[in-house]
Amino acid sequence: MITKDQIVRWLEKTAAVLQANKTYLTDLDSAIGDADHGTNMDRGFKKVMEKLPTVFDNDIGNILKTTGMTLISSVGGASGPLYGTFFMRSGMAIAAKEELSDEDLFTLLQAGVEGILQRGRPNLEDKTMYDAWAPALEAMQGALSTGMGTVEVLETAVAAAEQGMKNTIPLQARKGRASYLGERSIGHQDPGATSSYLMLNALLETVKE
Amino acid sequence: MKKLINDVDNVVREQLEGMALAHPDAIKVNYDPYFVVRADAPVEGKVAIISGGGSGHEPMHGGFVGMGMLDGACPGEVFTSPTPDQMYECAKAVDSGAGVLFLVKNYTGDVLNFETAAELAYADGIKVQSILVDDDAAVKDSLYTAGRRGVGATVIVEKIVGAAAEAGYNLGQCADLARKVNMYGRSIGIALTSCTVPAAGKPTFDLGDGEFEFGIGIHGEPGRQRLPMKSVDEITAMMAAAVLDDEAYSRTVREWDNEEGTWFDKELTDEPFKSGDSVIAFVNSMGGTPVSELYAVYRKLAAECEARGVKIARNLIGPYITSLEMQGCSITLVKTDDEILKFWDAPVNTLGLRWGA
Repeated sequence: MITKDQIVRWLEKTAAVLQANKTYLTDLDSAIGDADHGTNMDRGFKKVMEKLPTVFDNDIGNILKTTGMTLISSVGGASGPLYGTFFMRSGMAIAAKEELSDEDLFTLLQAGVEGILQRGRPNLEDKTMYDAWAPALEAMQGALSTGMGTVEVLETAVAAAEQGMKNTIPLQARKGRASYLGERSIGHQDPGATSSYLMLNALLETVKE
Repeated sequence: MKKLINDVDNVVREQLEGMALAHPDAIKVNYDPYFVVRADAPVEGKVAIISGGGSGHEPMHGGFVGMGMLDGACPGEVFTSPTPDQMYECAKAVDSGAGVLFLVKNYTGDVLNFETAAELAYADGIKVQSILVDDDAAVKDSLYTAGRRGVGATVIVEKIVGAAAEAGYNLGQCADLARKVNMYGRSIGIALTSCTVPAAGKPTFDLGDGEFEFGIGIHGEPGRQRLPMKSVDEITAMMAAAVLDDEAYSRTVREWDNEEGTWFDKELTDEPFKSGDSVIAFVNSMGGTPVSELYAVYRKLAAECEARGVKIARNLIGPYITSLEMQGCSITLVKTDDEILKFWDAPVNTLGLRWGA
Protein backbone atom coordinates (compact mmCIF):
# COMPACT_ATOMS: atom_id res chain seq x y z
CA MET A 1 0.00 0.00 0.00
CA ILE A 2 1.27 3.45 -0.95
CA THR A 3 -0.10 6.50 0.82
CA LYS A 4 -0.59 9.99 -0.54
CA ASP A 5 2.12 11.13 1.82
CA GLN A 6 4.53 8.67 0.23
CA ILE A 7 3.68 9.94 -3.25
CA VAL A 8 4.47 13.48 -2.14
CA ARG A 9 7.74 12.30 -0.57
CA TRP A 10 8.55 10.45 -3.81
CA LEU A 11 8.24 13.71 -5.73
CA GLU A 12 10.35 15.51 -3.13
CA LYS A 13 12.99 12.81 -3.25
CA THR A 14 12.96 12.90 -7.06
CA ALA A 15 13.56 16.65 -6.93
CA ALA A 16 16.46 16.14 -4.50
CA VAL A 17 17.98 13.30 -6.52
CA LEU A 18 17.73 15.24 -9.77
CA GLN A 19 19.37 18.24 -8.14
CA ALA A 20 22.18 16.06 -6.78
CA ASN A 21 22.64 14.48 -10.23
CA LYS A 22 22.24 17.68 -12.23
CA THR A 23 25.86 17.76 -13.39
CA TYR A 24 25.98 14.01 -13.97
CA LEU A 25 22.90 14.11 -16.23
CA THR A 26 24.16 17.16 -18.08
CA ASP A 27 27.54 15.49 -18.61
CA LEU A 28 25.83 12.41 -20.04
CA ASP A 29 23.81 14.73 -22.29
CA SER A 30 26.82 16.68 -23.50
CA ALA A 31 28.37 13.43 -24.76
CA ILE A 32 25.47 12.68 -27.11
CA GLY A 33 23.02 15.56 -26.88
CA ASP A 34 22.99 19.23 -26.07
CA ALA A 35 24.14 19.41 -22.47
CA ASP A 36 20.93 20.53 -20.83
CA HIS A 37 19.14 17.47 -19.45
CA GLY A 38 20.32 17.90 -15.83
CA THR A 39 19.62 21.62 -15.80
CA ASN A 40 16.18 21.19 -17.37
CA MET A 41 15.04 18.40 -15.04
CA ASP A 42 16.32 20.28 -12.01
CA ARG A 43 14.50 23.45 -13.07
CA GLY A 44 11.29 21.48 -13.67
CA PHE A 45 11.25 19.66 -10.36
CA LYS A 46 12.13 22.84 -8.47
CA LYS A 47 8.92 24.28 -9.96
CA VAL A 48 7.05 21.14 -8.92
CA MET A 49 8.31 21.67 -5.37
CA GLU A 50 6.96 25.24 -5.46
CA LYS A 51 3.56 23.96 -6.65
CA LEU A 52 3.25 20.95 -4.36
CA PRO A 53 2.06 22.76 -1.22
CA THR A 54 -0.87 24.23 -3.18
CA VAL A 55 -2.20 20.80 -4.17
CA PHE A 56 -1.24 18.79 -1.12
CA ASP A 57 -4.87 18.58 0.03
CA ASN A 58 -5.94 17.06 -3.29
CA ASP A 59 -6.01 13.37 -4.18
CA ILE A 60 -3.03 11.53 -5.65
CA GLY A 61 -4.40 11.81 -9.19
CA ASN A 62 -4.55 15.59 -8.91
CA ILE A 63 -1.10 15.85 -7.39
CA LEU A 64 0.38 13.86 -10.27
CA LYS A 65 -1.55 15.81 -12.90
CA THR A 66 -0.31 19.09 -11.42
CA THR A 67 3.21 17.69 -11.48
CA GLY A 68 2.74 16.85 -15.17
CA MET A 69 1.38 20.29 -16.09
CA THR A 70 4.21 21.95 -14.20
CA LEU A 71 6.85 19.88 -15.99
CA ILE A 72 5.25 20.55 -19.38
CA SER A 73 5.41 24.29 -18.78
CA SER A 74 8.86 24.49 -17.20
CA VAL A 75 11.25 21.85 -18.51
CA GLY A 76 11.41 22.42 -22.27
CA GLY A 77 13.45 20.14 -24.51
CA ALA A 78 12.04 16.73 -25.28
CA SER A 79 11.97 15.68 -21.64
CA GLY A 80 9.40 18.36 -20.73
CA PRO A 81 6.54 17.00 -22.83
CA LEU A 82 7.62 13.39 -22.24
CA TYR A 83 7.85 13.49 -18.44
CA GLY A 84 4.96 15.95 -18.34
CA THR A 85 2.77 13.53 -20.28
CA PHE A 86 4.02 10.68 -18.07
CA PHE A 87 2.72 12.36 -14.90
CA MET A 88 -0.48 13.67 -16.50
CA ARG A 89 -1.43 10.20 -17.73
CA SER A 90 -0.41 8.48 -14.52
CA GLY A 91 -2.53 10.95 -12.56
CA MET A 92 -5.54 10.34 -14.80
CA ALA A 93 -5.15 6.56 -14.46
CA ILE A 94 -5.58 6.61 -10.69
CA ALA A 95 -7.87 9.65 -10.47
CA ALA A 96 -9.42 10.50 -7.10
CA LYS A 97 -7.43 7.92 -5.11
CA GLU A 98 -6.05 8.78 -1.67
CA GLU A 99 -3.96 5.63 -1.42
CA LEU A 100 -2.71 3.03 -3.87
CA SER A 101 -2.51 -0.75 -3.91
CA ASP A 102 0.52 -2.33 -5.59
CA GLU A 103 -1.69 -2.94 -8.64
CA ASP A 104 -2.69 0.73 -8.65
CA LEU A 105 0.97 1.64 -8.59
CA PHE A 106 1.55 -0.55 -11.61
CA THR A 107 -1.45 1.01 -13.38
CA LEU A 108 -0.05 4.45 -12.61
CA LEU A 109 3.38 3.70 -14.06
CA GLN A 110 1.99 1.80 -17.03
CA ALA A 111 -0.33 4.68 -17.98
CA GLY A 112 2.58 7.09 -17.67
CA VAL A 113 4.74 5.01 -19.98
CA GLU A 114 1.84 4.75 -22.45
CA GLY A 115 1.86 8.55 -22.50
CA ILE A 116 5.59 8.60 -23.29
CA LEU A 117 4.94 6.13 -26.11
CA GLN A 118 2.19 8.24 -27.65
CA ARG A 119 4.09 11.51 -27.45
CA GLY A 120 7.56 10.36 -28.44
CA ARG A 121 6.82 7.17 -30.39
CA PRO A 122 10.01 5.37 -29.33
CA ASN A 123 10.77 1.76 -30.13
CA LEU A 124 12.74 -0.52 -27.84
CA GLU A 125 16.49 -0.06 -28.21
CA ASP A 126 16.19 3.40 -29.76
CA LYS A 127 18.36 4.51 -26.81
CA THR A 128 15.69 6.49 -24.97
CA MET A 129 14.01 6.60 -21.57
CA TYR A 130 11.67 3.89 -22.83
CA ASP A 131 14.59 1.44 -22.65
CA ALA A 132 14.54 1.84 -18.86
CA TRP A 133 10.75 1.89 -18.46
CA ALA A 134 9.82 -1.08 -20.65
CA PRO A 135 11.87 -3.72 -18.78
CA ALA A 136 10.91 -2.14 -15.46
CA LEU A 137 7.20 -2.51 -16.19
CA GLU A 138 7.64 -6.05 -17.43
CA ALA A 139 9.60 -7.05 -14.33
CA MET A 140 7.10 -5.33 -12.08
CA GLN A 141 4.18 -7.13 -13.66
CA GLY A 142 5.97 -10.46 -13.18
CA ALA A 143 6.79 -9.68 -9.55
CA LEU A 144 3.19 -8.67 -8.84
CA SER A 145 1.91 -12.01 -10.09
CA THR A 146 4.16 -13.88 -7.64
CA GLY A 147 2.65 -12.06 -4.69
CA MET A 148 5.74 -10.17 -3.50
CA GLY A 149 5.42 -7.18 -1.17
CA THR A 150 5.65 -3.56 -2.37
CA VAL A 151 9.35 -3.16 -1.60
CA GLU A 152 10.31 -6.38 -3.37
CA VAL A 153 8.11 -5.53 -6.37
CA LEU A 154 9.78 -2.15 -6.68
CA GLU A 155 13.23 -3.60 -6.11
CA THR A 156 12.63 -5.93 -9.05
CA ALA A 157 11.42 -3.04 -11.20
CA VAL A 158 14.34 -0.80 -10.26
CA ALA A 159 16.87 -3.55 -10.97
CA ALA A 160 15.33 -4.02 -14.42
CA ALA A 161 15.32 -0.26 -15.05
CA GLU A 162 18.97 -0.05 -14.03
CA GLN A 163 19.86 -2.89 -16.37
CA GLY A 164 17.83 -1.26 -19.15
CA MET A 165 19.64 2.02 -18.53
CA LYS A 166 23.04 0.31 -18.72
CA ASN A 167 21.94 -1.56 -21.82
CA THR A 168 21.58 1.78 -23.62
CA ILE A 169 25.39 2.20 -23.54
CA PRO A 170 26.20 0.00 -26.58
CA LEU A 171 23.10 1.11 -28.50
CA GLN A 172 23.10 3.50 -31.46
CA ALA A 173 20.52 6.23 -30.87
CA ARG A 174 17.56 6.37 -33.26
CA LYS A 175 15.50 9.08 -31.59
CA GLY A 176 16.18 12.57 -30.37
CA ARG A 177 19.28 14.63 -30.88
CA ALA A 178 21.64 11.75 -30.14
CA SER A 179 20.38 10.00 -33.29
CA TYR A 180 22.30 12.52 -35.41
CA LEU A 181 25.60 11.21 -34.10
CA GLY A 182 25.03 7.85 -35.77
CA GLU A 183 27.66 5.39 -34.57
CA ARG A 184 29.24 8.05 -32.39
CA SER A 185 26.29 7.71 -30.01
CA ILE A 186 27.50 4.18 -29.20
CA GLY A 187 29.35 3.81 -25.89
CA HIS A 188 27.38 6.44 -23.96
CA GLN A 189 24.58 5.93 -21.48
CA ASP A 190 21.31 7.62 -22.42
CA PRO A 191 20.55 10.61 -20.17
CA GLY A 192 16.77 10.11 -20.40
CA ALA A 193 17.02 6.44 -19.41
CA THR A 194 19.22 7.57 -16.52
CA SER A 195 16.80 10.17 -15.18
CA SER A 196 13.97 7.64 -15.53
CA TYR A 197 15.96 5.11 -13.48
CA LEU A 198 16.70 7.75 -10.85
CA MET A 199 13.00 8.61 -10.64
CA LEU A 200 11.94 4.99 -10.17
CA ASN A 201 14.72 4.39 -7.66
CA ALA A 202 13.51 7.41 -5.69
CA LEU A 203 10.11 5.72 -5.47
CA LEU A 204 11.71 2.55 -4.09
CA GLU A 205 13.72 4.49 -1.52
CA THR A 206 10.61 6.36 -0.43
CA VAL A 207 8.70 3.14 0.09
CA LYS A 208 11.63 1.61 1.99
CA GLU A 209 11.76 4.47 4.50
CA MET B 1 33.74 30.25 -19.08
CA LYS B 2 33.98 33.95 -19.85
CA LYS B 3 30.69 35.55 -20.91
CA LEU B 4 28.87 38.86 -20.51
CA ILE B 5 26.27 37.52 -18.13
CA ASN B 6 25.17 38.07 -14.54
CA ASP B 7 23.50 34.98 -13.12
CA VAL B 8 23.28 31.98 -15.47
CA ASP B 9 19.66 31.49 -14.41
CA ASN B 10 18.66 34.97 -15.64
CA VAL B 11 20.46 35.04 -18.98
CA VAL B 12 17.41 34.76 -21.25
CA ARG B 13 15.27 37.12 -19.19
CA GLU B 14 17.90 39.87 -19.03
CA GLN B 15 18.62 39.63 -22.73
CA LEU B 16 14.89 39.92 -23.50
CA GLU B 17 14.64 42.94 -21.21
CA GLY B 18 17.46 44.60 -23.14
CA MET B 19 15.77 43.85 -26.43
CA ALA B 20 12.47 45.31 -25.21
CA LEU B 21 14.21 48.47 -23.98
CA ALA B 22 16.06 48.91 -27.25
CA HIS B 23 13.10 48.47 -29.59
CA PRO B 24 9.82 49.48 -27.94
CA ASP B 25 8.51 50.78 -31.26
CA ALA B 26 8.98 47.41 -33.00
CA ILE B 27 8.30 44.66 -30.48
CA LYS B 28 6.56 43.84 -27.23
CA VAL B 29 8.04 41.28 -24.86
CA ASN B 30 5.96 39.15 -22.52
CA TYR B 31 7.80 37.62 -19.56
CA ASP B 32 5.37 35.14 -18.02
CA PRO B 33 5.64 33.11 -20.13
CA TYR B 34 8.33 34.39 -22.51
CA PHE B 35 7.30 35.50 -25.97
CA VAL B 36 8.04 38.38 -28.34
CA VAL B 37 5.31 39.85 -30.58
CA ARG B 38 5.30 42.68 -33.07
CA ALA B 39 4.22 45.94 -31.51
CA ASP B 40 1.11 46.18 -33.72
CA ALA B 41 -0.11 42.60 -33.05
CA PRO B 42 -2.65 41.25 -33.73
CA VAL B 43 -2.73 42.48 -37.33
CA GLU B 44 -6.35 42.56 -38.44
CA GLY B 45 -7.32 39.93 -41.01
CA LYS B 46 -3.77 38.55 -41.38
CA VAL B 47 -2.64 35.00 -40.70
CA ALA B 48 -0.19 35.12 -37.78
CA ILE B 49 3.17 33.38 -38.14
CA ILE B 50 4.82 32.07 -34.99
CA SER B 51 8.14 30.36 -34.58
CA GLY B 52 10.28 29.56 -31.61
CA GLY B 53 13.09 27.50 -30.28
CA GLY B 54 15.94 27.56 -27.84
CA SER B 55 17.73 30.85 -27.26
CA GLY B 56 21.32 31.22 -28.43
CA HIS B 57 20.54 31.49 -32.16
CA GLU B 58 20.05 35.26 -32.26
CA PRO B 59 18.90 37.14 -34.22
CA MET B 60 16.59 34.12 -34.86
CA HIS B 61 13.73 34.10 -33.86
CA GLY B 62 13.00 37.25 -31.85
CA GLY B 63 14.98 39.39 -34.29
CA PHE B 64 12.67 38.29 -37.11
CA VAL B 65 9.49 39.56 -35.48
CA GLY B 66 7.99 42.42 -37.45
CA MET B 67 6.27 43.49 -40.65
CA GLY B 68 6.78 40.94 -43.41
CA MET B 69 8.10 38.12 -41.24
CA LEU B 70 7.03 36.73 -37.84
CA ASP B 71 4.16 37.90 -35.66
CA GLY B 72 5.49 36.12 -32.62
CA ALA B 73 8.57 34.28 -31.39
CA CYS B 74 8.88 32.01 -28.37
CA PRO B 75 12.37 31.77 -26.90
CA GLY B 76 13.28 28.82 -24.70
CA GLU B 77 16.25 28.62 -22.38
CA VAL B 78 19.59 28.51 -24.22
CA PHE B 79 19.45 25.60 -26.71
CA THR B 80 16.32 24.27 -25.00
CA SER B 81 13.00 24.32 -26.77
CA PRO B 82 10.30 26.62 -25.44
CA THR B 83 7.37 25.14 -23.54
CA PRO B 84 3.79 24.77 -24.88
CA ASP B 85 2.34 27.48 -22.63
CA GLN B 86 4.59 29.99 -24.42
CA MET B 87 3.38 29.09 -27.91
CA TYR B 88 -0.21 28.90 -26.72
CA GLU B 89 -0.16 32.31 -25.00
CA CYS B 90 1.73 33.80 -27.93
CA ALA B 91 -0.88 32.39 -30.35
CA LYS B 92 -3.66 34.05 -28.32
CA ALA B 93 -1.77 37.35 -28.40
CA VAL B 94 -1.23 37.45 -32.19
CA ASP B 95 -4.31 35.69 -33.60
CA SER B 96 -6.67 38.08 -35.36
CA GLY B 97 -9.09 35.27 -36.17
CA ALA B 98 -7.37 34.39 -39.45
CA GLY B 99 -5.42 31.61 -37.77
CA VAL B 100 -1.91 30.88 -36.65
CA LEU B 101 0.85 29.03 -38.47
CA PHE B 102 3.58 27.42 -36.37
CA LEU B 103 6.95 27.11 -38.11
CA VAL B 104 8.81 24.39 -36.22
CA LYS B 105 12.42 23.36 -36.63
CA ASN B 106 12.69 19.60 -36.64
CA TYR B 107 14.30 18.96 -33.28
CA THR B 108 12.59 16.44 -31.04
CA GLY B 109 12.10 18.92 -28.21
CA ASP B 110 10.71 21.67 -30.44
CA VAL B 111 8.42 19.21 -32.20
CA LEU B 112 6.95 17.69 -29.03
CA ASN B 113 6.42 21.08 -27.37
CA PHE B 114 4.83 22.66 -30.46
CA GLU B 115 2.58 19.60 -30.88
CA THR B 116 1.30 20.04 -27.36
CA ALA B 117 0.81 23.78 -28.00
CA ALA B 118 -1.15 23.14 -31.21
CA GLU B 119 -3.52 20.89 -29.26
CA LEU B 120 -3.98 23.60 -26.60
CA ALA B 121 -4.62 26.33 -29.21
CA TYR B 122 -7.09 24.13 -31.09
CA ALA B 123 -8.95 23.34 -27.87
CA ASP B 124 -9.28 27.09 -27.39
CA GLY B 125 -10.84 27.59 -30.84
CA ILE B 126 -7.78 29.03 -32.56
CA LYS B 127 -7.28 27.87 -36.15
CA VAL B 128 -3.80 26.43 -36.21
CA GLN B 129 -1.47 24.69 -38.64
CA SER B 130 2.05 23.53 -38.07
CA ILE B 131 4.83 23.02 -40.62
CA LEU B 132 8.17 21.38 -39.95
CA VAL B 133 11.42 22.77 -41.30
CA ASP B 134 13.89 19.92 -41.91
CA ASP B 135 16.63 20.96 -44.31
CA ASP B 136 19.88 19.64 -42.82
CA ALA B 137 21.52 17.50 -45.52
CA ALA B 138 24.06 16.21 -42.96
CA VAL B 139 21.37 13.76 -41.89
CA LYS B 140 21.16 11.07 -44.51
CA ASP B 141 18.30 8.88 -43.41
CA SER B 142 15.05 9.54 -41.63
CA LEU B 143 14.44 5.92 -40.64
CA TYR B 144 17.12 5.56 -37.99
CA THR B 145 17.27 9.17 -36.82
CA ALA B 146 14.76 11.80 -35.79
CA GLY B 147 15.04 13.04 -39.39
CA ARG B 148 16.73 16.08 -40.87
CA ARG B 149 17.15 18.96 -38.45
CA GLY B 150 15.67 22.36 -39.12
CA VAL B 151 18.54 24.78 -39.69
CA GLY B 152 19.28 27.59 -42.17
CA ALA B 153 16.18 27.20 -44.32
CA THR B 154 14.18 28.32 -41.26
CA VAL B 155 15.24 31.94 -41.92
CA ILE B 156 14.22 31.72 -45.58
CA VAL B 157 10.87 30.05 -44.77
CA GLU B 158 10.07 32.70 -42.15
CA LYS B 159 10.88 35.54 -44.58
CA ILE B 160 8.90 34.15 -47.50
CA VAL B 161 5.85 32.94 -45.59
CA GLY B 162 5.83 36.15 -43.54
CA ALA B 163 5.61 38.16 -46.76
CA ALA B 164 2.85 35.90 -48.11
CA ALA B 165 0.79 36.36 -44.94
CA GLU B 166 1.29 40.11 -45.28
CA ALA B 167 0.01 39.87 -48.87
CA GLY B 168 -3.19 38.17 -47.72
CA TYR B 169 -2.53 34.44 -48.08
CA ASN B 170 -4.92 32.42 -45.94
CA LEU B 171 -3.79 29.86 -43.38
CA GLY B 172 -3.84 26.89 -45.74
CA GLN B 173 -1.96 28.82 -48.44
CA CYS B 174 0.67 29.94 -45.93
CA ALA B 175 1.12 26.34 -44.75
CA ASP B 176 1.42 25.06 -48.33
CA LEU B 177 4.01 27.72 -49.19
CA ALA B 178 6.00 26.99 -46.01
CA ARG B 179 6.05 23.28 -46.86
CA LYS B 180 7.17 24.04 -50.42
CA VAL B 181 10.00 26.39 -49.43
CA ASN B 182 11.23 23.87 -46.88
CA MET B 183 11.20 21.11 -49.47
CA TYR B 184 13.14 23.34 -51.88
CA GLY B 185 15.80 24.05 -49.26
CA ARG B 186 18.91 22.22 -48.07
CA SER B 187 21.69 23.13 -45.69
CA ILE B 188 24.98 21.95 -44.27
CA GLY B 189 26.97 23.35 -41.34
CA ILE B 190 30.51 23.13 -40.03
CA ALA B 191 32.16 24.15 -36.77
CA LEU B 192 35.73 25.29 -36.15
CA THR B 193 35.13 25.58 -32.40
CA SER B 194 32.52 24.40 -29.94
CA CYS B 195 30.43 26.79 -27.87
CA THR B 196 29.57 27.09 -24.20
CA VAL B 197 26.00 26.96 -22.90
CA PRO B 198 25.99 29.35 -19.90
CA ALA B 199 24.23 26.86 -17.63
CA ALA B 200 26.74 24.12 -18.53
CA GLY B 201 29.77 26.36 -18.04
CA LYS B 202 32.06 24.49 -20.39
CA PRO B 203 32.22 23.81 -24.13
CA THR B 204 29.70 21.26 -25.39
CA PHE B 205 32.43 19.30 -27.17
CA ASP B 206 36.19 19.45 -27.50
CA LEU B 207 37.63 20.28 -30.88
CA GLY B 208 41.41 20.36 -31.36
CA ASP B 209 43.22 23.23 -33.05
CA GLY B 210 43.87 21.18 -36.15
CA GLU B 211 40.31 19.86 -36.56
CA PHE B 212 36.87 20.89 -37.73
CA GLU B 213 33.48 19.30 -37.31
CA PHE B 214 31.44 18.58 -40.45
CA GLY B 215 27.66 18.34 -40.48
CA ILE B 216 26.72 20.11 -37.26
CA GLY B 217 23.28 21.28 -36.18
CA ILE B 218 22.72 24.58 -34.43
CA HIS B 219 22.71 23.52 -30.78
CA GLY B 220 26.40 23.03 -30.17
CA GLU B 221 25.99 19.30 -30.67
CA PRO B 222 28.84 17.48 -32.35
CA GLY B 223 28.47 16.75 -36.06
CA ARG B 224 28.73 13.55 -38.03
CA GLN B 225 32.44 13.67 -38.82
CA ARG B 226 35.57 15.18 -37.36
CA LEU B 227 38.22 16.01 -39.94
CA PRO B 228 41.66 17.62 -40.11
CA MET B 229 41.39 21.37 -40.73
CA LYS B 230 41.44 22.40 -44.40
CA SER B 231 41.42 25.60 -46.49
CA VAL B 232 38.22 27.58 -46.97
CA ASP B 233 38.03 26.43 -50.60
CA GLU B 234 38.32 22.78 -49.64
CA ILE B 235 35.79 23.06 -46.82
CA THR B 236 33.34 25.05 -48.98
CA ALA B 237 33.67 22.52 -51.82
CA MET B 238 32.75 19.74 -49.37
CA MET B 239 29.81 21.73 -48.06
CA ALA B 240 28.59 22.68 -51.53
CA ALA B 241 28.76 19.04 -52.62
CA ALA B 242 26.80 17.93 -49.56
CA VAL B 243 23.98 20.29 -50.56
CA LEU B 244 24.12 20.41 -54.36
CA ASP B 245 24.76 16.70 -54.92
CA ASP B 246 22.40 15.51 -52.19
CA GLU B 247 19.97 12.89 -53.44
CA ALA B 248 16.19 12.84 -53.10
CA TYR B 249 15.13 12.79 -49.45
CA SER B 250 11.93 11.14 -48.22
CA ARG B 251 10.40 11.28 -44.79
CA THR B 252 7.10 11.12 -42.96
CA VAL B 253 6.11 14.30 -41.14
CA ARG B 254 3.27 14.83 -38.71
CA GLU B 255 0.92 17.72 -39.52
CA TRP B 256 -2.12 19.02 -37.67
CA ASP B 257 -5.59 18.60 -39.16
CA ASN B 258 -7.48 21.60 -37.90
CA GLU B 259 -10.87 20.27 -39.07
CA GLU B 260 -10.57 16.92 -37.30
CA GLY B 261 -8.38 18.10 -34.44
CA THR B 262 -5.89 15.29 -34.96
CA TRP B 263 -2.36 14.70 -36.19
CA PHE B 264 -1.85 12.91 -39.46
CA ASP B 265 1.22 11.56 -41.21
CA LYS B 266 2.31 13.03 -44.52
CA GLU B 267 4.89 11.50 -46.86
CA LEU B 268 7.17 14.10 -48.44
CA THR B 269 10.04 13.76 -50.89
CA ASP B 270 12.44 16.55 -51.87
CA GLU B 271 13.93 16.51 -55.33
CA PRO B 272 17.69 17.04 -55.78
CA PHE B 273 19.06 20.27 -57.25
CA LYS B 274 19.68 20.15 -61.00
CA SER B 275 21.29 22.21 -63.72
CA GLY B 276 19.10 25.17 -64.62
CA ASP B 277 17.77 25.64 -61.08
CA SER B 278 17.74 29.13 -59.67
CA VAL B 279 18.45 29.44 -55.93
CA ILE B 280 18.66 31.77 -52.95
CA ALA B 281 22.17 31.22 -51.51
CA PHE B 282 22.46 31.84 -47.78
CA VAL B 283 25.89 31.81 -46.13
CA ASN B 284 25.48 32.04 -42.38
CA SER B 285 27.89 32.54 -39.49
CA MET B 286 27.47 30.34 -36.41
CA GLY B 287 28.27 33.43 -34.35
CA GLY B 288 32.03 33.50 -33.99
CA THR B 289 33.06 33.55 -37.64
CA PRO B 290 33.48 37.07 -39.09
CA VAL B 291 31.49 38.18 -42.12
CA SER B 292 34.76 38.56 -44.05
CA GLU B 293 35.29 34.78 -43.90
CA LEU B 294 31.70 34.24 -45.02
CA TYR B 295 32.54 36.12 -48.22
CA ALA B 296 35.47 33.76 -48.79
CA VAL B 297 32.97 30.91 -48.44
CA TYR B 298 30.52 32.62 -50.81
CA ARG B 299 33.28 33.11 -53.40
CA LYS B 300 33.85 29.37 -53.62
CA LEU B 301 30.17 28.50 -53.26
CA ALA B 302 29.34 30.68 -56.29
CA ALA B 303 31.94 28.79 -58.33
CA GLU B 304 30.57 25.41 -57.21
CA CYS B 305 27.01 26.46 -58.15
CA GLU B 306 28.14 27.75 -61.52
CA ALA B 307 30.02 24.52 -62.22
CA ARG B 308 26.75 22.63 -61.78
CA GLY B 309 24.65 25.06 -63.81
CA VAL B 310 22.83 26.35 -60.75
CA LYS B 311 22.11 30.07 -60.85
CA ILE B 312 22.23 32.16 -57.68
CA ALA B 313 19.25 34.51 -57.99
CA ARG B 314 19.54 36.11 -54.53
CA ASN B 315 21.93 35.83 -51.61
CA LEU B 316 21.97 36.45 -47.90
CA ILE B 317 25.31 36.61 -46.06
CA GLY B 318 25.78 37.17 -42.34
CA PRO B 319 25.00 35.83 -38.88
CA TYR B 320 21.27 35.04 -38.87
CA ILE B 321 20.94 31.63 -37.20
CA THR B 322 23.80 31.23 -34.78
CA SER B 323 25.07 28.91 -32.06
CA LEU B 324 26.23 31.37 -29.42
CA GLU B 325 29.95 32.15 -29.98
CA MET B 326 30.71 29.09 -32.12
CA GLN B 327 33.12 29.62 -35.00
CA GLY B 328 31.79 28.01 -38.12
CA CYS B 329 29.26 28.57 -40.84
CA SER B 330 26.41 27.02 -42.73
CA ILE B 331 25.34 27.07 -46.35
CA THR B 332 21.69 26.95 -47.32
CA LEU B 333 20.39 26.78 -50.86
CA VAL B 334 16.70 27.18 -51.60
CA LYS B 335 15.36 26.56 -55.09
CA THR B 336 13.22 29.47 -56.23
CA ASP B 337 10.26 30.09 -58.50
CA ASP B 338 8.32 33.27 -59.26
CA GLU B 339 6.17 32.98 -56.13
CA ILE B 340 9.19 32.49 -53.86
CA LEU B 341 11.22 35.31 -55.44
CA LYS B 342 8.29 37.72 -55.24
CA PHE B 343 7.92 37.13 -51.52
CA TRP B 344 11.68 37.13 -50.92
CA ASP B 345 11.89 40.60 -52.49
CA ALA B 346 8.83 41.90 -50.63
CA PRO B 347 9.47 44.48 -47.88
CA VAL B 348 10.52 43.24 -44.47
CA ASN B 349 11.06 45.33 -41.36
CA THR B 350 12.48 43.38 -38.43
CA LEU B 351 15.45 43.92 -36.13
CA GLY B 352 17.45 41.24 -37.92
CA LEU B 353 16.33 41.53 -41.52
CA ARG B 354 15.20 44.72 -43.21
CA TRP B 355 14.73 45.84 -46.77
CA GLY B 356 12.25 47.71 -48.93
CA ALA B 357 10.48 49.13 -45.88
